Amino acid sequence: MNNAGQAIHLKKEILVRIIRAFFSDDFEEQTRLIPYDMRPKGMEVPYRCCVYKERAIIKDRTIAGLGFQIEDDDETVSLAKYAKRALERTKIDEKNLTVLQAACKGCATNRIFITDLCQGCIARPCISNCKFGAISIVNGKSVIDDSKCKKCQMCVAACPYKAIVKISVPCEDSCPVGAIKKDETGFASIDYSKCINCGKCTAACPFGAVHEKSQIIDILKAIKSKKKVIAMVAPSIAGQFPGNIYQLKTAIEKAGFDEVYEVAQGADITAANEAKEFTERMQGVKEKNSEWLGWVNEGGYGENSENKETEKDDILHFMTTSCCAGYNQLIKKHLPEIKPYVSETKTPMYYTAEIVKKEFPDAVTVFVSPCVAKRAESYDNPNVDYVMNYEELGALFVARKIEILDCEEGKYKVESSKQARNFGFSGGVAESVKSALKDENSVKPFVINGLNKESIRQLKKFAKEGICEGDCNLIEVMCCEGGCIGGNATMNNPKTAKKLIEQFSNNSRDIEKIE
Amino acid sequence: MTKISVKVCLGTTCFVMGGSNLQELNNIIPRKYGDKVEVTGSNCLGLCSINWEYSKAPYVKIDDDVITEATVEKVLDAIEKKLGNN
Ligand code: FES
Repeated sequence: MNNAGQAIHLKKEILVRIIRAFFSDDFEEQTRLIPYDMRPKGMEVPYRCCVYKERAIIKDRTIAGLGFQIEDDDETVSLAKYAKRALERTKIDEKNLTVLQAACKGCATNRIFITDLCQGCIARPCISNCKFGAISIVNGKSVIDDSKCKKCQMCVAACPYKAIVKISVPCEDSCPVGAIKKDETGFASIDYSKCINCGKCTAACPFGAVHEKSQIIDILKAIKSKKKVIAMVAPSIAGQFPGNIYQLKTAIEKAGFDEVYEVAQGADITAANEAKEFTERMQGVKEKNSEWLGWVNEGGYGENSENKETEKDDILHFMTTSCCAGYNQLIKKHLPEIKPYVSETKTPMYYTAEIVKKEFPDAVTVFVSPCVAKRAESYDNPNVDYVMNYEELGALFVARKIEILDCEEGKYKVESSKQARNFGFSGGVAESVKSALKDENSVKPFVINGLNKESIRQLKKFAKEGICEGDCNLIEVMCCEGGCIGGNATMNNPKTAKKLIEQFSNNSRDIEKIE
Repeated sequence: MTKISVKVCLGTTCFVMGGSNLQELNNIIPRKYGDKVEVTGSNCLGLCSINWEYSKAPYVKIDDDVITEATVEKVLDAIEKKLGNN
């Protein structure tokens, strides 16, 4: 297993242990013992200098698993206390990510570095290409003055020996909006005013330093209190566990939930509404085009006709989808100019939760999610009480010893369409809008498969120019590469996941056309 | 020469603890070893409950040998060793 694999394994093992502690006779004491159980006295130390350090780090990870901010820990509070506080908590916090800064120690800061491969050549292209005068020669070899270096990487490109390298910091590199930074002290921290909760840093850090703050204790508490607790599983779940989603329904009920809804049910509503909205929005474009055609036919720039082309065009030529929570956060925090183009249709989670709360107003609703971004969306939605990601659900199955493959198939109240069940992979949402329309050819989709610096620049450009590349009129935006199946809390690789979803959805009915 | 049998555990514990990635073996093994090695997915091998405290899942069984904390690389290595010994 590589480092990242090990870190994920560790995080999941801790979740399993927290859940087992919760169901034991003494939650507080069993939680306090987690680091000692995982690193008992005399055990060979797998990663770090000594068993004490390992335990300290496991303690920090457990704090995140209990739903608290690791950065706030002053080391004097025991895990037993944290467990107690988790039980007493009635509200969840708005911040969803927390950094285990002790894990940042092993990771070098982002800088440009001249390696031993430097030959001390006479041409010295590194020096002549550096606009900031940051490179000088010491003992015949190039040296960078970090205080002057702006990390433009011109020298990296210029060196004929490829002797200069950029040392990357995976979390910083993965963040599309520059919200996570390793500061002077060498610790990474998140600027929550910029963070769009995409979760890319949690997946990118090879030390597993970035954690989602789990709400699992809050959920288990609700289950134990005999309240009606309802799980709503996102469409991407179909590619994430052994067995099919009908067996999964039974498994989730065995784990303590009273009912399970497919969020694909809401995706059918999203697709229909978005298709309607698309037609309305594009009606204007159509009219404008035929008006223009008429004008040309009448002779265009005739002597008395006004100049049509200088007339301000206030028609929006494209629409973007609106179901990705990471994208919605991006719009809010970094890309307000695209707002007029964004569909006002709500997300599948929104519609599903609305249906559930209407039917069971007193129930506790839990969205089962592939990513951390949905935590932010649910925080703003009173109909969704908690979010549990796929890893947490997996940990719950492990802790409760539930074998999905041995479960009977359960039945969902509503069978969703094939297109709705395909929402979880890139291209699926645009396809569903298309399929819901009578005139499928009116849609020219453009797919943003993953937000990164490049695709954000692209979206900015479309918003500014009012035109999408290739004259496309429906932009589907997925924050994660591959779509939701690439979310930070998924377990299967996206390729396998997509195959599994398609195997299943191909047997489902087609989406209904809108009138 | 008898066929080597590779059993990848697809029980919940193994799958959740990292076994999902082992599904790749279904493609890699036949391509690499043809019919010398047979790879199958299996329900819970029963190892997760015995050995839980050290949580060594995911497990893969190669003939009678158990591979703990299995990865694609570990499994391929073990197959190579076996083939060398045969
Ligand atoms: S799930 Fe693999 S041994 Fe039980």
